[in-house]
Amino acid sequence: MAAHTPSGTSYVRAQAVAPLPPPLVESGAIGWLRTALFSGPLNIVLTILSGALIVLIVPPLLNFLIFDATWSGADREACLARPDRPVVGACWAFIRERLGYFIYGFYPIAERWRVDAFFVLLTIGIIWLLAPTARRRTLGAIYFFVVMPVLACVLLLGWPAIGLPEVSTTQWGGMLVTVVVSGVGIVFSLPIGIVLALGRRSRMPLVKLFSVIFIEFVRGVPLVTVLFMASVMLPLFVPEQWSPDKLLRALVGVALFASAYMAEVVRAGLQAIPRGQYEGAMAVGLSYWRMMGLIILPQALRVTIPNIVNSYIALFKDTTLVFIVGIFDFLRTIEAARVDPKWATPVTSTTGYAFAAIVYFICCYLMSRYARDMEARLTTTHRR
Amino acid sequence: MKRGILTFGLAIAIASAAFSASAQTLNAIKQRGALNCGANGTLAGFGLPDAQGNWAGFDVDYCRAIAAAIFDDPTKVKFVPLSAKDRFTALQSGEVDVLARNTTWTISRDTSLGLNFTGTNYYDGQGFMVRKSLKLNSALELNDAAICVQQGTTTELNLADFFRANRMKLKTVTFATSTEAVKAYDAGRCDAYTTDASALYGERLRVANSNDHVVLPEIISKEPLGLAVRHGDDQWYDIVKWTHFVLLNAEELGVAKANVDAQMKSDNPEIKRLLGTEGKYGEALGLPNDFVVRIVKHVGNYGEIFERNLGQPTPLKIARGLNALWSKGGLQYAPPVR
Repeated sequence: MAAHTPSGTSYVRAQAVAPLPPPLVESGAIGWLRTALFSGPLNIVLTILSGALIVLIVPPLLNFLIFDATWSGADREACLARPDRPVVGACWAFIRERLGYFIYGFYPIAERWRVDAFFVLLTIGIIWLLAPTARRRTLGAIYFFVVMPVLACVLLLGWPAIGLPEVSTTQWGGMLVTVVVSGVGIVFSLPIGIVLALGRRSRMPLVKLFSVIFIEFVRGVPLVTVLFMASVMLPLFVPEQWSPDKLLRALVGVALFASAYMAEVVRAGLQAIPRGQYEGAMAVGLSYWRMMGLIILPQALRVTIPNIVNSYIALFKDTTLVFIVGIFDFLRTIEAARVDPKWATPVTSTTGYAFAAIVYFICCYLMSRYARDMEARLTTTHRR
Repeated sequence: MKRGILTFGLAIAIASAAFSASAQTLNAIKQRGALNCGANGTLAGFGLPDAQGNWAGFDVDYCRAIAAAIFDDPTKVKFVPLSAKDRFTALQSGEVDVLARNTTWTISRDTSLGLNFTGTNYYDGQGFMVRKSLKLNSALELNDAAICVQQGTTTELNLADFFRANRMKLKTVTFATSTEAVKAYDAGRCDAYTTDASALYGERLRVANSNDHVVLPEIISKEPLGLAVRHGDDQWYDIVKWTHFVLLNAEELGVAKANVDAQMKSDNPEIKRLLGTEGKYGEALGLPNDFVVRIVKHVGNYGEIFERNLGQPTPLKIARGLNALWSKGGLQYAPPVR
């Protein structure tokens, strides 16, 4: 016993006392409530207010979306209030009947499997490229950027020679258009944006001038104007047979527009890299492109991931603007269907918009969720 | 400056449209194997895709009728959905052959925009919807009524004019969108809701008990809707124009989808000329002489098109009103085939 107490005094405890559990008011549910929700007068007020807000909003929302909703029916009669059913919630029967239209637009029914096939190809490409455990990513990149676009073109546009009837882009619509427009915008805006950002910081006056003019010009006009110019002015100046397809015009407009914004995002990242990194890279004798590719861009892109994803999410939602040039994207198909006399009821519009909100939320939330995971994976070396 | 560019663009458009006149729209369509039809896509009863993505509607059926006349096949139409903003460019630039998108015929569109309107296939105008319980028979009884209307539209101006001209007191309640205005009307914030009659019947379905609401018979503005083509190809203009006229004539003479074969044997000279068993009126248009038979067989006559898309069998239940034949108290009148 004495061996354990260096001083040999018997009143000194030789062993550490096992720690007591924290007091009940500081741990467990009560403790959590106290620290997280009621830790001060301001927080108490905020908690009560938010609680009241939740009670006020959530039950009616759930009632409308789920408990009072109509799940099946053949036409508007199913979603109308009747004496035995005075409160009518969301008319999901309408969404159910029109779901095909919301996904494929005017795409001929017999050919819709081609759109499904495109979605499958796209999903494979995305998973291959983005999943953290995926192997042979170079092959995946070749697939995603070369093989898949070609296959998608053949599938969606058709190639009569191999038995796929032609489907012109005026028949595309719904989710297909939203995915194609935002996909093209997302895929093209990053490389073009990087080139523009490098151009803007370049020491070559002509390159710099061109980049600055392009970026500032595009950022100086609203997307609606770009789309409108592309689809209204262009056909007036170009003969009919040379005039590009309407969807293609919108695609180019969206891609260029997104690139200008992306350029500024990337430039912010480039400027965040300390000068020493540039000087160090030059000191070991790397050429400009190798310096950028090996040292600067990997760091710059890493710090700008939140901003890049932010732009992507904004772009995904901005694609709804293509309706202004008569292209039926996902939201527009819902807007078109909600006026259908077969389904027009007091709740049809609300249901349509609620459905659109849910779908857009899921898509955008997945994007931001993935970005957060990726950030966590990449920033292990130096946390900021 | 912007105006200058626009005018310049328009001038080029009109010049190129005039230039393409020699290209002959009809031949181009035959070569292409399909009619390019500029349609609405978002207006109930006039142009709207159904659950399968097939186009249906009153204006849509006009394009099908033209396709039937040319190809004897109403499905040989490529519908191009157009917004209110890009519809004229699409027609001027040749993207579509005919614009069937509930377009109001006005002098500026007919002249400086370089369009030719081919007649009025639907006489539209601003109307009022009220509750049945008010027991109103006419818009003139709306004195001192609160009226829901969409902000910043011609509708709002017409409303003020109508009330001023009839020395009635007006209380307007304005909203940014028609959806909001209808909601407010349904909630009882106004006694009446006003917009174009064609849309009014559709909006009626969006109130809680549509059967408790009626559309008053008065139409207080002129909105003649019609199909339009480019300047510069008179043959094509005639074809579209006479598609409309023969649809009316067919209804007037009682030639319908179901009886067209029997009517081919009719002794009535007017029917004989209409159906091409006598005379060569189709040829003069560049179409086969029996083009009316093709149209009526595939799409029916004017009355059938109207009833199928807008009339009593549909939820819209639009009354013929001004769109009844001239012989039945309406305005639809077609020149004779002879």
